[in-house]
Amino acid sequence: MKMVVAYIRHEAFEPIRADLLEAGFPSLTITEVKGSGRQKAITEHYRGSELAVHLRPKLKLECVVETKDVEQIKDVILRHARTGSVGDGKLFILPVEDAVRIRTGEEGEEVLQAHDSEEVGIGGNTS
Amino acid sequence: MDFVLATADDLRQALDGTLPETVPGNTLWVVVAAVFVLLMQAGFAMLEIGFSRMKNAGTGVAKILTNLSIAAVCYWAVGFAFAFGSEDVLGVSSSIIGSNGFLLQFSGNGAEAFPVMGFSDAVPEAKFLFQFAFCAVSLAIVWGSTLERIKYGAYVIYAIVFAAIIYPIGSHWVFGGGWLQTGNTPLMPTGMQDFAGSTAVHLIGATGALAALLLLGPRKGKYGPDGKPRAIPGHSMPLVGLGVIILFFGWFGFNPGSTLNITDTRLADVAVVTLLGAAGGVIGAFVATQIKQRTIDIGMVANGMIAGLVAITAPSGYVEAWAGPIIGFIAGLIVVFGVIWIDKKIDDPIGATSAHGLAGIWGTLACGLFTAPRLAEYNAFGNPDGGLFYSGSFEQLIAQAVGVVVAFTFVFGMSFATFWVIKQTLGLRVSAEDEEAGLDIVEHGMYGYPEQFIPRSEIASGLTGTPVAPAAPSPSGVTAATATPGEAPA
Repeated sequence: MKMVVAYIRHEAFEPIRADLLEAGFPSLTITEVKGSGRQKAITEHYRGSELAVHLRPKLKLECVVETKDVEQIKDVILRHARTGSVGDGKLFILPVEDAVRIRTGEEGEEVLQAHDSEEVGIGGNTS
Repeated sequence: MDFVLATADDLRQALDGTLPETVPGNTLWVVVAAVFVLLMQAGFAMLEIGFSRMKNAGTGVAKILTNLSIAAVCYWAVGFAFAFGSEDVLGVSSSIIGSNGFLLQFSGNGAEAFPVMGFSDAVPEAKFLFQFAFCAVSLAIVWGSTLERIKYGAYVIYAIVFAAIIYPIGSHWVFGGGWLQTGNTPLMPTGMQDFAGSTAVHLIGATGALAALLLLGPRKGKYGPDGKPRAIPGHSMPLVGLGVIILFFGWFGFNPGSTLNITDTRLADVAVVTLLGAAGGVIGAFVATQIKQRTIDIGMVANGMIAGLVAITAPSGYVEAWAGPIIGFIAGLIVVFGVIWIDKKIDDPIGATSAHGLAGIWGTLACGLFTAPRLAEYNAFGNPDGGLFYSGSFEQLIAQAVGVVVAFTFVFGMSFATFWVIKQTLGLRVSAEDEEAGLDIVEHGMYGYPEQFIPRSEIASGLTGTPVAPAAPSPSGVTAATATPGEAPA
């Protein structure tokens, strides 16, 4: 099991989410974060004073998948998050020890299984 | 003394059918204009709150309401009598301080009791309401500069002194029939002109702000180790915009209302001049900020409109329409460069010392340049030959300058003394930790934007001091979450 953690532009998220869902990976979490990298600071001009904003808003995307699926997830993220400009973000892959589905108490890799698209409720079916 | 409102007489006349037919209309206009000006409190509140950080967003609401209320009672009790009363008091001439109309009880009829407003037959209660609204505006101007660090108690004490003494005496001199207005002094060649209060309201408020700022010091972090000012951005430019547009709206009670009557129809002229002054101010600030920092600074454009309005306030009843955009435009330039210049040494988060102070001085001086002879004659104050551009004479300009210097000196001295006493006794400034935490939670025990500071889970359970029982490990166990405080274990 691996956790894929990606720091991406906000606008990259929606196509990534759609593609992952299509491929049967509905389970993911995002967080609004601020960070710095090689992208330059934004200078704010406010009433004659300047303010350099070094931290840029990014989206942190996390999803835990079976090791065999990591490449597929990585491809999807790279395909949509890469614009070729500085500030596209980074992607990390971390080992994961265990997984538990809280509703049932199931443990291990089966809780991560890729799902059929009917099963995951595309088109507003949220049951 | 009967202790009834003077309108009792008007009511009798109305019943007898002897009430002059102009009285109701003029009274209505003055009351409506007063209410317009009272709405400006919302403008000041939104402007200040928008320029504050989120942790200080709520305090402005309580402050505006508290100040307005204290000022109302003080101005009613003594302020109005000092500002507009006709009689000498304790041997002091009524050109220095008025005395008639304490608690709105006065001797003689309305025109005799408050002679400078005697040209209008609107009832004295209407005039009181209108003049109080001005006092409240002037007081509101003081506080914008002191955002995010002043102790709440300072508002209360200064509001009493300001509404009872400082503003009434200062405004009496400038437009309450006092010695600056009549020019009854060897210092001045003629009387000072200030139609609606560039000096009497705006400069006086800004001067109080300056006195407070010098004793208060900058907000933490405003100046870097190199001594250069740093931006502390306010949290909402949309609120700033809303505030400015409310102020703009209120100004159409402020200036046109100062005609105090509808019968000579001048209120429309004054409204047009006011509009053009505001427009000039925005355009001036827009140009200045584009030149200075290559961007259109939102707050500066907002300040530009205020500066244009402040500057056109004194001349609005004295100049022809063509002067409006010029006066406003120059005020717009002044405010942008003024804010940047003042910001180098003094932390004025809202720019009141520039928008109301520098622009107020400019507007007052502008009368000395642009006043039209016909309007000087009509208002019956100052040189009837008009300003420099009409008469070629510096008389009016000198009178305006003397007026500005005297009003500034008086208000600065009184305000500095008041704030100094507050600083020595109660203290003027919150502690560094309190400033860091924000005035909302420190002074008021609550936040202006609670969800910004308190996690949603805390707000939902919110049982302070009551330990919540750990959830039972049963699948349907929701007892802890639904337990009321009374049922929770002690």
